[in-house]
Amino acid sequence: MSLNEEQGRDRCRIGEVIEASASEFTAQCYRLYDAPAIGSLVLCGEQAPTYGIVCEATTQSIDPGRAAIPRGMNASTEAEVLSSNPQIERLLHTKFRAIVVGYKDEGGIKRYPPLNAPRMYSFVRECDAAELAEFSSSHEFLATLLNAPMSGQDHVVASFLRHAGAAHADGHEYLVSAGKSLAGALSGQLPRLNGILRSLE
Amino acid sequence: MNGANGRYLEFADGRLPLGMVVSGSLSEGVKVRLDDGVSIEDIKVGTFTSIQGQRNRFLGVLTEIELESTDDGITSAPPDMSNPLVAQVMSGTVAYNTITVEPMLIIGADTMNNAQPAKTIPPHFSRVSLASEEDIQTVFGSEDAGHFYIGNPMDMEVRLCLDIDELVKRSNGVFGKSGTGKTFLTRLLLIGILQRGTASNLIFDMHSEYGWRGSSEHTNEVKGLKQLFSSQVAVFTLDPESARRRGISTDYEVSIGYDDVEPEDVEILRDTWALSEIAADTAYSLQRKLGKGWLRQFMEYTGGDEFSELAREMNVPHSTLSALRNRLNRLGRFGFITEGKGSNSVNEILNYLQRGMHVVLEFGRYGNNIDAYLLIANLLTRRIHERYVRMSEQASGDSTQEPRPLVITIEEAHKFLSPAIAKNTIFGNIAREMRKYNVTLLVVDQRPSGIDDEVMSQLGTKIVCLLDNERDTDAVLSGVSGSRKLRTVLARLESNRQALVFGHALPMPVVIQTREYGSPQSYRELGFVEAAELKAQVERDVDVLFGPSAC
Repeated sequence: MSLNEEQGRDRCRIGEVIEASASEFTAQCYRLYDAPAIGSLVLCGEQAPTYGIVCEATTQSIDPGRAAIPRGMNASTEAEVLSSNPQIERLLHTKFRAIVVGYKDEGGIKRYPPLNAPRMYSFVRECDAAELAEFSSSHEFLATLLNAPMSGQDHVVASFLRHAGAAHADGHEYLVSAGKSLAGALSGQLPRLNGILRSLE
Repeated sequence: MNGANGRYLEFADGRLPLGMVVSGSLSEGVKVRLDDGVSIEDIKVGTFTSIQGQRNRFLGVLTEIELESTDDGITSAPPDMSNPLVAQVMSGTVAYNTITVEPMLIIGADTMNNAQPAKTIPPHFSRVSLASEEDIQTVFGSEDAGHFYIGNPMDMEVRLCLDIDELVKRSNGVFGKSGTGKTFLTRLLLIGILQRGTASNLIFDMHSEYGWRGSSEHTNEVKGLKQLFSSQVAVFTLDPESARRRGISTDYEVSIGYDDVEPEDVEILRDTWALSEIAADTAYSLQRKLGKGWLRQFMEYTGGDEFSELAREMNVPHSTLSALRNRLNRLGRFGFITEGKGSNSVNEILNYLQRGMHVVLEFGRYGNNIDAYLLIANLLTRRIHERYVRMSEQASGDSTQEPRPLVITIEEAHKFLSPAIAKNTIFGNIAREMRKYNVTLLVVDQRPSGIDDEVMSQLGTKIVCLLDNERDTDAVLSGVSGSRKLRTVLARLESNRQALVFGHALPMPVVIQTREYGSPQSYRELGFVEAAELKAQVERDVDVLFGPSAC
């Protein structure tokens, strides 16, 4: 990787890990509303880079004891609410949860969870198209994703595959191949498979 | 064969892959899941396949093709196949295809040329491919003096050969309903035997198709054996007039005398003459009573008291004797039946056969008369067989003195070999005694169910074209291992020029596309040289021998 690429990717940093286990981690974004889209591939950590697929994103009050309340009853636009309450951005934060689906070591990319959880405060960045294409070129991680505890699982899987399809030169061919892997993993669950496939194109 | 999406690659050894073994048993065959890129529409039952096990290679026949799915819901709520992605993903995953392969032979890694019957099956996930040319040649042998090219395995260019020496060791059968190419196959087998040169053919040519020109459904006329191998084939005829009309020359005219007809000949005609068993047995009594010229003497009885007296003496009802006489009267209508003794046909035929020639007996206009065919074939075969028995016994184990092996070809075989008469007729005996006296049969028939079970089980090699009657299919496959699977193969044969061949002369059953016969090229391949070409060849030889000035 060239220095420019490294620097470019560094600029894409979006947050840091604030809660971690070997199977998932939660990261807080530096900027409000800066969470990657559901199904995005993110990478965290410098020593032991760990891949995660974003499955959930939330924006809420920093102080769990002080929930956000409506502020725009008398405002005519949403922008007016923000301009008349400049403190809002300081009182809220955006977090996202990612399922750990792989990691990188000297042997290359592994598409299954590592033995250790990512470290706290690891930097998290969104993978670019080349990295996404490389990671998604093989589909072992799909089993991990399909077995992870999360809501809207099929939506996450479909979103990831849409992102990955766009990152590959022959998107349709890629989706067919991934769909076949998915069919193996979802054996006996035809309606579920059907639903995911129909939302891919 | 091409895959649906063009991802149909060859194995490193050149075989075209089909899939992998996923389940199965020795008795039911192994189930093979087809590879994703293999289109089921390219797969045909009867195809010859190769399975690479861990230590051995198995060769088998494809016997079943099935559509399967991993999810039962696919039948009640099929996926939306109008969506191209859904369609492509589902095919080969949720909906997939399997074939069943019956492993027939096993080839050990170190014994490439020694195929043995498969007594085990390949393990899970063994790779399955279409058999290669090398596989075919390993198993069936290459074309040489002893192996005759009979056709090609389905969808393959390689030549499949029959071991002629093994073929003539036993009686064989060619079966198939009318118009499926039995005559063509028989003609090829006869040529194979002729070219091998270790046995002679005697052909009872019912419809005059083997000796001189025969007919085909596509080209109007095809050459007969006499035209292709004139110096090795003699044509005998029962109907010289027909031969003259057709403008063909014959080598001998066969006639039969009343004195030549024996009670066994009456016995074989029992069914077609609708004679009771008692009436047929009466012929034996008559021969005992009247001696050698029994038939002539019996026909001289004019009726009335004399006839009643004879019936009483023989202790048979008058009506029975009368029925027998009425039927025997029909013999008089045949032009080839003469008073007293007939021509010395048996000796003539034997002379030709022992000289290494092949005899075709044409029936001419009598070809449509089953009585004439049964009578002549039975009468001549019985006598020839007697002579063979005598010659074999005289040779008493000295193989140099043994008579030259003989293959007798009969059509409408079920008339000779029906369960009611097979035990008593010469053809039943020949089929059962195998090559004890160097005589075997080549039976050609469209109703194998009409042939006695015991005779069917004694047939060494069976060549079966399409049969659409269940009883006929049962009859040809009875006693054959894996017959249930072969049934499927047999039922799917094309209606012309395709045959399932199995039995003694082949290490395993195989479906063949019969070799072409009828074009100038096909004749050349069989060793036939046109007259003009022959003349040019002779001139060239003269030049080589004596120099150009000699001409």
